[in-house]
Amino acid sequence: MNARSPWSEDRATAVIAANRHLRGALLPMLHALQEEFGCIDEEAIPLLARELNLSRADVHGVVSFYHEFRRSRPGRHTIKVCRAEACQSMNADGLIDHIRRRLKVDFHETTADDAFSLEPVFCLGNCALAPAVMVDETLHGRVSPARFDAIAASTLATEAAR
Amino acid sequence: MSEPLHTVYVPRDAAALSVGADETAAAIRAEATRRGIPLRIVRNGSRGMLWLETLVEVETPEGRVAYGPVMAEDVAGLFDAGFLEGADHALTHGLTEKIPYFAKQERLTFARCGIIDPLSVEDYRLHGGFRGLERALAMTPAEIVTEVTESGLRGRGGAGFPTGIKWNTVLNAKADQKYICCNADEGDSGTFADRMIMEGDPFCLIEGMTIAAIAVGATEGYIYIRSEYPHAVATMREAIRLAYDEKWLGDEIHGTGHRFHLDVRVGAGAYICGEETSMLESLEGKRGTVRAKPPLPALEGLFGKPTIVNNVLSLTSVPIILDKGANHYRDFGVGRSRGTLAFQLAGNIKHGGIVEKAFGVTLHELLYEFGGGTITGRPIRAVQAGGPLGAYLPPSLFELPKDYEAFAAVEAMVGHGGIVVFDDSVDMARQARFAMEFCAAESCGKCTPCRIGAVRGVEVMDRIIAGDKVAANITLLNDLCEVMTDGSLCAMGGMTPIPVRSALKHFPEDFTRSPAAVAAE
Repeated sequence: MNARSPWSEDRATAVIAANRHLRGALLPMLHALQEEFGCIDEEAIPLLARELNLSRADVHGVVSFYHEFRRSRPGRHTIKVCRAEACQSMNADGLIDHIRRRLKVDFHETTADDAFSLEPVFCLGNCALAPAVMVDETLHGRVSPARFDAIAASTLATEAAR
Repeated sequence: MSEPLHTVYVPRDAAALSVGADETAAAIRAEATRRGIPLRIVRNGSRGMLWLETLVEVETPEGRVAYGPVMAEDVAGLFDAGFLEGADHALTHGLTEKIPYFAKQERLTFARCGIIDPLSVEDYRLHGGFRGLERALAMTPAEIVTEVTESGLRGRGGAGFPTGIKWNTVLNAKADQKYICCNADEGDSGTFADRMIMEGDPFCLIEGMTIAAIAVGATEGYIYIRSEYPHAVATMREAIRLAYDEKWLGDEIHGTGHRFHLDVRVGAGAYICGEETSMLESLEGKRGTVRAKPPLPALEGLFGKPTIVNNVLSLTSVPIILDKGANHYRDFGVGRSRGTLAFQLAGNIKHGGIVEKAFGVTLHELLYEFGGGTITGRPIRAVQAGGPLGAYLPPSLFELPKDYEAFAAVEAMVGHGGIVVFDDSVDMARQARFAMEFCAAESCGKCTPCRIGAVRGVEVMDRIIAGDKVAANITLLNDLCEVMTDGSLCAMGGMTPIPVRSALKHFPEDFTRSPAAVAAE
C-alpha cells in the first residue's frame, strides 16, 4: 500500500533531519520522503537544497534522473510490470496488453478509482519465473492474465478487510 | 514432548515468495497445529531450482527430502502421505542433493545458499562461515591480495577484470580513507544470482567485503542494492545488524585492531547505476551519470578516495578462496576463466534457475541437460547471453564453452552469467528494436552517441520492421552501431550494438521484410 500522508513541512523537515548524518544523503532522503508522502513533493526541493547546500536545480536534476522518484502521488497500490527480455520471452507484451485493458490505464497512469498506478520496470530479478509483476512490495511470478486478475482482486479484498 | 521435533524448510527467497512460499509455510504451520505435531519451520534461501518452488524440504535421517512445487492446497495431502517421514508422494523428488540438476553442479559460491537459515550466524558458522575471514585476520594485506590474485578470480559483474590486480591497486594507493563498494545493482534481465545469494546467504557477502577491507586497508563499505529488490535490501540490513551484534563488523572485529563499517544504500530504478562510476555518483547523492576514466575508481573512487568496486558474486567468491586456498578455486575452470560461475537459466525455459558450474560448461549442456529445453515445448531459436547488452546466439553456437575468451571470439559475452531463452515464436527484429529502446530509456545522457544514437536506432528499426527501404536502412543501422560502439563513453552505448548486430548477423531473415508482407500481417 502506497503512503497517503498529505504534505507537511514539519514532517518533511524531520524526515530530512533523520538522514542528515549520512554521507551522500540525498538519495536516502528522497527515498524516506517518498516513503512518507508517496512522492517527492515540489515543496521538498527547497528544503533539501537548503539542508545539503545545493541549488534547487541540483536537487531537481537528481529527482528527475531516477525512474523511481515520482513527482505526483500514486494510486493506493503500485503495479510494476517487467518488460525486459526474459519476461518478453514468456509473452510479457500480451500480459501488458491485458493489464492495460483490464485497468483501463497506460503506463505512468492511475486508475479512475485511484486504486492502481501502473509502472513499467526493466527486470524484477524473477527471470526464471517469468513473466513477473510486483504489486507494492509483493513479487509475483508466472503471471498469466487470469492470475493477474486474481492478484488485483485479492489486493483490493485485503484493503477492504482492513 | 515425546515425539521427535520435525524440521521443515520453506524458502523465503523472493522468487519462492512470488509463487506462494509464505502461504505454503502458513498452511504447513496450520496443518501441524491442527494435527498436534510439533514442528520447526526454517525459512531458508532457495536451492535455485526455481521451477520446483515452493520447494519444501523435510529433514530425515538420510538427508533432506524434497517436495515441490508445493502449493498451500497440497499441504494436507502431504501430511496424509507422511511427508514428515520423507514418504513418497506425487510431489516428491527424493533426497534434494541427489536431484540431478543439483547433484551435477559445482557449488563453491552458492555452497550454503538454500541450505542454511540466512539470518542465523550460528548456522552460517556451522557451515564453514567466517573461516575465510578468520584466516585473513591472521594474514598481511599483501598476502590476502596475493591469495585472491592466484585464485584467478575475475570480476563476476561482466567485464572479467582480474580481481587481485584491482585490489592490489587499491592496496598500494596512499590515502587517509579507502572504501569497498559492492555493486548489487543487478539490472540485467535474466540475472538474479546477486539477489539470490543476498537473500539466501547474506553473511557470505559481509564476510567477502570485510576480507576485501582488511586486504586494502579500507574501513568503510557500502552495498548498493537496486530498489527493485526489497527482500534483498531487508535481508542484508538485518544480516548487517546481526554481524555488528556479533562483532564481525564494527570497530574491533573479533578483538583484532581491524575496523570495518558497512551500510546498505538503495538505488532508484536506473539501470546505468550498475556501471561502476555511475554507481559511485549515485552513492554520493548525485545523478547517476558515468565518469570518464581515468582516473580509475581504484585510485579516485567514492568521494575521490581509493575504492574497490566489486560485484556481489566476486565478493561472495572471496570467503571460500581464503578458506580453502587459491589453488582449490583455480583448479576449477578452463584457460584464463578460473573457478565457477552461477549461470542463470531464465525466460522460456522448462527448468529455470541457478546452475553453478566451472567455466567450460557449454550452452548446450546448460540449456538442455539442466534447462530441459523450453517451457512452451517449442524449439529454442535464440538465447541472449550476458544481459540486455549481450549477444543473441543461434543453436549453431550452443556448443560454445562458457569461457570469457571463447565468447569474445564470437562477439558475445559471458557477462554476469545470465541466459535468456526464446522459442521459435521470437521476432529478432523486434528484439533488436528493444535493445535500442532500452538504451534510449536507460542512457544516462552524458554522451551523444548513446543518448541520441539509441533514439535514432529505434527509428531505423521501425522503418526496417515496416519494410521501408530495408537494405538502405540496414546500412544505416550498421553505421549507427559503429558510431555507438566507437564513440560512447561507457558500455551502455558501447555495447547496445552487440544484441542488435548479433540479431542481424544470425537471424537476417527477420530483418528482410517486404512492405507487402508487413501489410498482410
